[in-house]
Amino acid sequence: MAIHGSRNKGALWPLMAGALAGLAALGLAACNGDTSDSEGSNGGSGDGELVRFNPDPYPSTYTPFPSEVVLIQGATVFDGIGGEFENYDVLMQDGRIAGIGEGLEAPEGATLIDGRGRYVTPGVIDIHSHLGVYPSPGVSAHQDGNEITAPVTAEVWAEHGVWPQDPGFDAALAGGVTTLHVLPGSANLFGGRGITLRNVPSRTVQGMKFPDAPYTLKMACGENPKRVYGSQGRAPGSRMGNMAGYREAWQRAVEYRRSWQRYWDAGDAEATPPTRNLELDTLMGVLEGEILVQMHCYRADEMAQVLDMADEFGYQVTTFHHAVEAYKIGDLLAEEDVCAAVWADWGGFKMEAYDSINENLALVHAAGACAMIHSDDQLGIQRLNQEVAKALAAGRRLGIEVTDGEAVAWFTSNPARGLGIFDETGSIEEGKRADIVLWSAHPFSTYAVADHVYIDGALMFDREDPERRTVRDFTLGQPGEGVL
Amino acid sequence: MLKSIISAAALAAMSLGAASAQTIAVTNGRIVTNSDAGIVENGSVLIQDGVIVAAGANVTIPAGVETIDANGGWITPGIFHPHTQLGLIEVGLESSTSDVSAPGASFTAAIDVADGFNPAGGHIPDSRRRGITRFAVFPSTARGVIGGRGALANSSGRPDSLFDDRTFLYVDLSQSGASTAGGSRNAAWAYLRAAFEDARFYPGRFMSHHEGDAINRFDAASLVSAVRGEIPIVLQVERASDIRRALRFAQQHPSARFILVGAAEAWMVADEIAAAGIPVIMDPLRNLPASFDVLAARLDAPARLHAAGVQTAYTTISADLYFNPRLITQHAGNAVANGASWDDAFRAITLTPAEIYGVGDRYGALAEGYAGDVVVWDGDPLEVMSAPVAVVIDGENQSMSSRQSRLAERYAERVPDGQYGYRH
Repeated sequence: MAIHGSRNKGALWPLMAGALAGLAALGLAACNGDTSDSEGSNGGSGDGELVRFNPDPYPSTYTPFPSEVVLIQGATVFDGIGGEFENYDVLMQDGRIAGIGEGLEAPEGATLIDGRGRYVTPGVIDIHSHLGVYPSPGVSAHQDGNEITAPVTAEVWAEHGVWPQDPGFDAALAGGVTTLHVLPGSANLFGGRGITLRNVPSRTVQGMKFPDAPYTLKMACGENPKRVYGSQGRAPGSRMGNMAGYREAWQRAVEYRRSWQRYWDAGDAEATPPTRNLELDTLMGVLEGEILVQMHCYRADEMAQVLDMADEFGYQVTTFHHAVEAYKIGDLLAEEDVCAAVWADWGGFKMEAYDSINENLALVHAAGACAMIHSDDQLGIQRLNQEVAKALAAGRRLGIEVTDGEAVAWFTSNPARGLGIFDETGSIEEGKRADIVLWSAHPFSTYAVADHVYIDGALMFDREDPERRTVRDFTLGQPGEGVL
Repeated sequence: MLKSIISAAALAAMSLGAASAQTIAVTNGRIVTNSDAGIVENGSVLIQDGVIVAAGANVTIPAGVETIDANGGWITPGIFHPHTQLGLIEVGLESSTSDVSAPGASFTAAIDVADGFNPAGGHIPDSRRRGITRFAVFPSTARGVIGGRGALANSSGRPDSLFDDRTFLYVDLSQSGASTAGGSRNAAWAYLRAAFEDARFYPGRFMSHHEGDAINRFDAASLVSAVRGEIPIVLQVERASDIRRALRFAQQHPSARFILVGAAEAWMVADEIAAAGIPVIMDPLRNLPASFDVLAARLDAPARLHAAGVQTAYTTISADLYFNPRLITQHAGNAVANGASWDDAFRAITLTPAEIYGVGDRYGALAEGYAGDVVVWDGDPLEVMSAPVAVVIDGENQSMSSRQSRLAERYAERVPDGQYGYRH
């Protein structure tokens, strides 16, 4: 219900109208139109209304931090969608990108930032993080990322496990990360829903939630589910069992969806509605195209099986994660319009990661598929620019031609697309959220650091100003307080 | 320092055997010598019979010798990774492919990684391709706190690439060591002290019994060289208080020599470590309070350790020690991004590790008498976009191919489905 509300201010909200319309169409939106009263929408009928579910019962309360009018002048600007512009200006106003170009006029009262010799990119976006669900310190009480009690747990939501006091968020901010997608782990075939967050300090997860970002579903291929459950003498114990487990759940989802559609189509408020099932709610959302599938999968042959399965049940895989062998099937990914989110050089830690090559990202890109970097790691997330640089350099050595500007998309616009938030962030285009990093040097240099990080136009991190540094509760009074 | 004299002699003999009598020159590059000569622009290195005979600006290259033209790139000593499990693990999660630890074994100090080391290990070629020419091979712990004895190897893949064995003893006194010792740091230290006593009174203590207080006779025999200081003890410690405890232990055992590895909070104890003359092997990228052992981890720790005069080398704990030791140049580059000088950071992955293991007169520099381990780079080796274009070990130009490069080449071009299998 609370998809719209008082927090939605500014002229750009119509951008989200499409998402709203979609939700309404599939019956996931509350039935009672524009009323803000969501009570009762989770269960009981009555008053002659059909039972429908609130698709957003834990709504975002994120509000941008106070921002000024900021004009970065004379920098080399990567717009995140392929462009590289020398001696360019970027204007941020009311939390949005108000201009990008040469010699922009400074509005009255604007803060001027000397960008000469420095570089600007969109804020870094990590499509695969476990910050908050596997936070620092990694003690046993903090292991909230895997519901390792059953292989199909599409009913659990990562946001219910995210600890907003994870110091890893602060470190990621210093690395330029403005948006991140926190996923359940890969122990289960269906791990649960992921959540897209703004990288801001907040007492609550709701205060970090990216407004109106689509929900996602984490699924996992291969060794992890079959190892976790097979070792307990339960299914799945093999890759065969993995596929059987997915298919069984999808079939239930198909039937669940059918029963609700029948109920809604009949329009009989007196009829008994189908029994609600939280696990199948999520899978139904995928079948409706509203929840994006983010699937952990290493081997090329397994990804090909999953693509067939998606056809079998009528859904779309948005992004394969890790996708260590994506380079072997770049053409298939391009054909099916599926992205690959990969590391630059992780591998070898299990058999399905044995064929890891540095050229993976560039080869997938060259095949015409949407490719991007991801971290899956609380240290890696701090330097995704370097990870992209390594992947780019390896690709060029193989003879693949990729411009620096195209490669910047690997940590900006492509993950934004993979998360369904590209309308809002991921590139420096007029009207978008002013999520911006000002780098001390070319972001593909090891020596480059983020000097300024802006989220919705608010300066959230300033390397020169120890006061403008977020410090999570856990680090207060600890020897690591406030250090990078 | 008896050990280093022995190993230097053994090394000289080995390298004569390893490299055929030949001369090779690396020319036309920016030479990082790691010697008093500093960085030499437009210089050359001349290697004869596996050993450098000249390095610098005015090196006369004999006519007709094999020459590698650096084309204006960088010429450096080979990278020396001080902390790997290369040649011991193929696939991390497959215990059948791993020889780093032995949960079911009855031995500790007697364990010698040279026995399990595979010079043809699958991840060695890609480490070599990324500029690593020498590396230390570490056991891990599984029972008690003593992991066993480590070795030094080169990355040539040759059968004789392990050039120094029983080089150091590995002991874990961090949280994981406490855990394998039974559950507390107190137990871990008690075990180590008891094992030291067993070795100090070897063999007398074992005349009537096979068992010591902590370790058996065979382990005690192996531990003797470490207790006497003939080989160093590499102590894994992270927390500042554990480091102080280690410094006190070192003081109480003046004949033994110690190296600290891990050492996330070493910067807090930097002056004391420097005063004790104990080297540190640490990872520049660890900066989160990932456990209560490392609450003070920070990115400028390397800079602080260098400034305090601690002999500091870098490692890749946060990546891994068997597949991604090759990332050590990136780790060093990030030390520079966070305040370390380029020279300190580069030495921390070349000459300093060699010095820590007592072979700094042989490896880690481009100077007369040093082994002919040379890497030619297409740019600053600490930049993530740079890579080696040639690697020379003991004067032999190495293959730049690895399983990974072969896979990339196979899939670089799209061909009809069944034809992939024929592309090699």
